[in-house]
Amino acid sequence: MSNRRVKSLAADEDDYDDYDNYDDDYEDGGNEELSPEDKEQMRQGTTKVREAVGSAFPATDKEIHDALWHYYYDVGKTVAYLKNKQKPSTAPTKAKKDEPKSKLSTSFCSTALPGISRSDRGGQDGLQATIPQKDADGRQECISSTIYSTEFSAAEFFKDCPWLRIPEHRKAEILIEPVYPRLGLLGGASAGGKMSKLAALAAKRRQKESERSESTATGSSESQDDYTTRLNKLRLQEINRAKSNTSRDADTPMREGDKAVSDSGVSADILRQDLPDPLSHGQTTSTPDLSVSVEPCIRGRPSPFASIMTSHDADLFLPTSPDLLAVGENAKSFDFAEPSPDDVVMKAQNAKVAAPAKTKPKESARTKTTSLAHGVQQLSVQETPKVKSKNIDVLAEYKKVKRKKAANFVVIGHVDAGKSTLMGRLLFDLKAVDQRTMDKYRKEAERIGKGSFAFAWVLDQGTEERERGVTIDIATNKFETDRTSFTILDAPGHKDFVPNMIAGASQADFAVLVIDASMGNFESGLKGQTKEHALLVRSIGVQRIIVAVNKMDAVDWSEERFAEIRQQMSAFLTSAGFQSKNVTFVPCSGLEGGNILAKCSDPKASWYTGPTLVEELDQSEPSTYALDKPLRMTINDVFRGSVLNPLSVSGRIEAGNVQVGEQVVVMPSGEKAQIRSLEVDDEPQDWAVAGQNVVLNLTDIDPIHLKTGDVLCSAVSPIQNVSEFRAKVLAFEHLTPMNIDVHKGRLHVPGRISQLVGVLDKSTGMVVKKRPKIVQPGNVVRVVVQLDQPVPLEPPSRVVLRANGETVAAGLLEKNEMRP
Amino acid sequence: MRLIKRHIDDDGTGSVTLCPEEPEDMWHAYNLIRPRDLLTASAIRRVTTESASTGSTASQRVHTNLTIRVKSVDFDPQAGQLHVSGQIARENRYTKIGQFHTLDLELQRNFTLEKQVGGIDGGEGWDSVARAQLEEAIDPARGTEAVAVVMQEGLANICFITQHQTVLRQRIEVSVPRKRSGAGRSADHDKGLEKFFATVLDTLTRQIEGLMEGKDSSTNFPILLASPGFTAAGFLKYITETAASKGSKLLQDMVKRKAFVVIHSSSGHLHSLNEVLNSPEVLARLQNTKYARETALMDEFFALLRKDDGRAWYGPKEVETAVEKGAVGRGGGVLLISNSLFRSQDIATRRRWVRLVDRVREVEGGEVRVLSGDHESGKRLEGLGGIAAILTFPIEEMESDGEESNGSDNGSEAS
Repeated sequence: MSNRRVKSLAADEDDYDDYDNYDDDYEDGGNEELSPEDKEQMRQGTTKVREAVGSAFPATDKEIHDALWHYYYDVGKTVAYLKNKQKPSTAPTKAKKDEPKSKLSTSFCSTALPGISRSDRGGQDGLQATIPQKDADGRQECISSTIYSTEFSAAEFFKDCPWLRIPEHRKAEILIEPVYPRLGLLGGASAGGKMSKLAALAAKRRQKESERSESTATGSSESQDDYTTRLNKLRLQEINRAKSNTSRDADTPMREGDKAVSDSGVSADILRQDLPDPLSHGQTTSTPDLSVSVEPCIRGRPSPFASIMTSHDADLFLPTSPDLLAVGENAKSFDFAEPSPDDVVMKAQNAKVAAPAKTKPKESARTKTTSLAHGVQQLSVQETPKVKSKNIDVLAEYKKVKRKKAANFVVIGHVDAGKSTLMGRLLFDLKAVDQRTMDKYRKEAERIGKGSFAFAWVLDQGTEERERGVTIDIATNKFETDRTSFTILDAPGHKDFVPNMIAGASQADFAVLVIDASMGNFESGLKGQTKEHALLVRSIGVQRIIVAVNKMDAVDWSEERFAEIRQQMSAFLTSAGFQSKNVTFVPCSGLEGGNILAKCSDPKASWYTGPTLVEELDQSEPSTYALDKPLRMTINDVFRGSVLNPLSVSGRIEAGNVQVGEQVVVMPSGEKAQIRSLEVDDEPQDWAVAGQNVVLNLTDIDPIHLKTGDVLCSAVSPIQNVSEFRAKVLAFEHLTPMNIDVHKGRLHVPGRISQLVGVLDKSTGMVVKKRPKIVQPGNVVRVVVQLDQPVPLEPPSRVVLRANGETVAAGLLEKNEMRP
Repeated sequence: MRLIKRHIDDDGTGSVTLCPEEPEDMWHAYNLIRPRDLLTASAIRRVTTESASTGSTASQRVHTNLTIRVKSVDFDPQAGQLHVSGQIARENRYTKIGQFHTLDLELQRNFTLEKQVGGIDGGEGWDSVARAQLEEAIDPARGTEAVAVVMQEGLANICFITQHQTVLRQRIEVSVPRKRSGAGRSADHDKGLEKFFATVLDTLTRQIEGLMEGKDSSTNFPILLASPGFTAAGFLKYITETAASKGSKLLQDMVKRKAFVVIHSSSGHLHSLNEVLNSPEVLARLQNTKYARETALMDEFFALLRKDDGRAWYGPKEVETAVEKGAVGRGGGVLLISNSLFRSQDIATRRRWVRLVDRVREVEGGEVRVLSGDHESGKRLEGLGGIAAILTFPIEEMESDGEESNGSDNGSEAS
């Protein structure tokens, strides 16, 4: 089975190249004048047939000739055919004579109504016409019958084109020239539309066909099954093409199928190549103009055979075992049991009583063909990506899976308030860190004379962090309680590392503010990062805050001290915009471990009866995320995950969802990357949704294009890069047009306030003062910020503006002003 | 810049012959040369001659002195190159009047700049600002040059600080993995950091070598390492270690004489340079430079602005009003103006600012500071519209709804 033939079935445009070859074929096969070889064969064949059927057989020489011609001089088949034909010999000759005219009229009828018939019908006609031909193995026949089926509908032709959905009233009137029947296409047709030999044969065959189908419905269904089985066998053959030894019983269908393919390909191609260039066949009949209307077959419907053949390419699963059920079902959609519409019409015109029951099967055939059409549409061949997407409906999957509550919280506070130690103790108490590791840390810490830092070392993993005893970067760690799985984001308290703290806070659902209760330290913290951090987390969008009053052991668990701190902090936090119901206080000691997991054993602390820190954490309500929005994820870190995953990025998905195999865009570089695999909380997964902390292993991208602070976004609706934006900010310091750093999560870029648009009223949002010269702290102001380089930002997102190491303002992005 | 010859009449016409000696002098020339001036400098021009008898052409490159009427000036601060293009104004044996030529000013090659008063388009000649700029240009006292590396983890900006400008020589970005939980994972971070340091040091050495080229090896200038946190300190440690193990002589020399100074800055972005130059370490070294004074003035201005007591005003309209009211006068009145305002192509605009400066300086008796827009302090000023003033007495309300009052862009467009 040559490639070319298979290809022609697919009705590709490339096939036009092949027309010349087909031309030749037809020239050979279709000439009225038989070649000398043919004549000789014909002669021999006739003799043999005569011998086989016996001289008494009432068949004319001509009939035998025809049959032989038809069966490629296969004597056996010819004999069978002739015998068959004789059995219901009611009036074959008469029918034959009638048919030409009737057929002619039929085809005129159908072609006279172009564009009127609905798409279904048009498609069905074409299909129905070609199928029986193959069944019958007839070359000539199929040519002629296909011609009859060239009824054309514009709607059908442009079925999948968007412009087809133009409202009725806006449509221009399109006159489509009818396709004239061209009889005797190959048989050297003359001008009169005289029935060619081939056409005559075809007519005869159809006649017989209709009779047969009429007589036995079961028989035809059998034949249909037979056909599909053969096709399926053939299909298997295709798969095992490498095997040269094909089984014997499969051999025959193979050959027949082969022929069928060639035939149907021929039939389709004849029409196609014929229409644009009728002269090449020496046609003298009036041929239609080369308008759209005369190319109905360009987008020919794949035959059932073709769809089965091509299904291989589309990676459809096909059973290789005798269990052909799936394929059988597939093939059943072309029901050969029913006669084609042409046949129906013909029957009616032949005055051969058409059974009223016929309409029903026809309808079912129609529906079946449409289902076929859908099936074919699904067979579109796609470019195979390196990593195959599983095309998971992530949202549906997400809803299915029931999971534990998950929450991220950021630990903030002034430097040396004991944030890392408190969290280290928490992890140790919850057995997230085992005793051995802890002992190791303790020993190492003592060796460099920093025994009290042992717990902090659980989170401070960096060499420099340990040397200096200061958290520098965000440390993430996970632990689980019975109700919730938590992710700790331990933020650095040092002033210089506020950018890192902003990155951590932007991933948090709520915050734990750690306060040093010891004398003097609380006061200095309140002026320092305790205040700044609290303001920052609030402006980043954190609503709930747990105040852990740490180092209570240093003040002897003094209730007065706790009350004092509580009172001051409540006042401050309320002014910072936290609702008092969202603020809770827990006295605790990170170093000793009181009131963290268990109640403090110290009798001095007995006055406190409230919940411990862990109990307080468990009260957290899970946040909701925009899962159905386009993907957005700020890259937190770019690293080499492992040998298998040389390029990984981590972060928290802010919106949307992502799955393995998906293509994403990295902004601001605009480079595309593919998700090779992904991990959610260190577990390999196929997909992830907003709110989860993920590690994405990427391929197809150069690491140069990835920086921390870049945004991964969906390729369909990527985030835009902006070099200027407008924001409504709350001023923490004096604002003038000045240089600032813009922070959003890990994104940290220089820029400047180029314009103070106006001071806004805090409650109404109305402009109070236009173009102020300077903005006093505490005012809400609309500013225009220009950036040194374009960065991915889009409203509504929260930005923090810093200058000279201080947070000067924080607020909400309003409207992006594009500036190329 | 060496002054070769000066001939300026009282009315402002006249010419000056100068010899640029350092790349910085190009910046001065950039400020002095304005459109419609006449500039004479040596040039290489390709001359095509057609033989009268046969009509064949021959082209050759000739060295010649050309005088052009300046149309545009193009300055490349990184390379220190100045390209001046215009039409040839004086004919010589190779060229005709009206032909276009672009002069590339070169170091150690004299050029003559001639400014005319009146004429077809009413030139201003050598006005007070131009004369001041000329004085500044030929001032032989060279300020301390410093090299600054403003850095944070993964990002470093190497810049040269001179009297009049800050030139960003190189920006380095190296992706440093963050620390992650898990055994041995912090090694990633350490490795990344070391790679970052190595890259910065390589680049810095190359830049310094370029700077030292053609200079006495004993030239002393500080190298400022500024960063938030411990990055700069870590870098210095890395430099010391590298110098000891495999450093070049240059690097070892610098380490030996303690050329590196670690300074705190709030971020690694270039505008943190402002903090760097305000740090006591630097101020001690750059005490008397024009730049240090400008920075101090800007800080004073911002401090006053924060007080919002009406003594600090910015924006073209506001400052002009304040000058008119006589608020920028003796006893503390300071006019801060960016030199980019004087670069305006429009003569009227330049005249407006020159008059303002003259008035403050001569009539009111206030102090005038022309800040270099190529310095950090000048950039801060440009953010305010290129002009600001510290007043001697407060002016409370200045109603100005003009578009330019808060000029969205730098002052050069304000008119």
